[in-house]
Amino acid sequence: MKLFREDPSSKSQAVERLRLVLIHDRAKVSIGLLELLRNEIINAISKYVEIDEKQMEIELNSTEEKAELVANIPVLKVRRAIDH
Amino acid sequence: MAARVIVVTSGKGGVGKTTTVANLGTGLALRQKKVVMIDTDIGLRNLDLLMGMENRICFDLINVVENECRSYRQALIKDKRVENLYLLPASQIKNKDALKAEQMIKLVEQLKEEFDYILIDSPAGIESGFENAVAPATEAIVVTNPEVPAVRDADRIIGLLQAKKIYEPMLVLNRLRSDMVKKRDMLDVDDINDILAIKLLGVVPEDEQIIVATNKGEPVVFNQQSKAGEAFRNIVRRLEGEAVPFMSFNTEPGVFGRFWKMLHGK
Repeated sequence: MKLFREDPSSKSQAVERLRLVLIHDRAKVSIGLLELLRNEIINAISKYVEIDEKQMEIELNSTEEKAELVANIPVLKVRRAIDH
Repeated sequence: MAARVIVVTSGKGGVGKTTTVANLGTGLALRQKKVVMIDTDIGLRNLDLLMGMENRICFDLINVVENECRSYRQALIKDKRVENLYLLPASQIKNKDALKAEQMIKLVEQLKEEFDYILIDSPAGIESGFENAVAPATEAIVVTNPEVPAVRDADRIIGLLQAKKIYEPMLVLNRLRSDMVKKRDMLDVDDINDILAIKLLGVVPEDEQIIVATNKGEPVVFNQQSKAGEAFRNIVRRLEGEAVPFMSFNTEPGVFGRFWKMLHGK
């Protein structure tokens, strides 16, 4: 189905290639971006579940078509939910 | 008025940094501003050629910072066409490390006393030459072309400028070809705005007259017939704070445009 939706122009290829390459350039250039993200994720998640911070993995992966943030977060305990 | 110190940079070479400096410097001087252009591309100077000043160089930037001439005034080359326009040429020596950032800062501090605009032409790359050019600047113009490598490098440069506390660099998109944009074979202004997301200072169309201007050593901004000249004049006005509408690059309307015109009888 994808074939019909794709814009074949070289300009749209340029836009798409730039979009992907800049995700990586920017993540690499700002040293610590992934580290900051990791810490904020830990803070957010820790309110609800207890996680194994040492085993946690977070990576920026990409293929020709997309870039994705992959997080592997081992859960040790789930906290008791408190409804307000 | 306090002097404005603007570095013109790009990362990638050959996108039109030096052409931009020559035209903005000339354009600002044509508006009675007192302008000095500093070529910091040590070993590969070219701004003198674009200005037609290559035969009048006695002293250069390195001579000035090393105190090998009486004062910077001795090295400045005065333009013969426009009042208040000066060039401080780069050295043609091979040693690129001859210049230091502190020397540039000290020199520019002196120049600020005398000039309204100090335009610094940066070398390509992100090494010491770039650092020296940016060190004294408080504003930056990033020049790019509507091509993937040039835009990628511009993005990198914007990041580096922001790390040096120049948070709002301005963009000049150079060498746009409206015929290719129409065929969707070239990134357009919206694409570039979307990707780089910085303030657009101007769009300069590809124009043969740029080559003619370089042949003559006479910046295209003097040429009233040239589209690129007009674009540079507009950029100068925007730099001076005027709200100038962007040039339209659509010379003929597409299918919908023609239909629209038929309906409205225009």
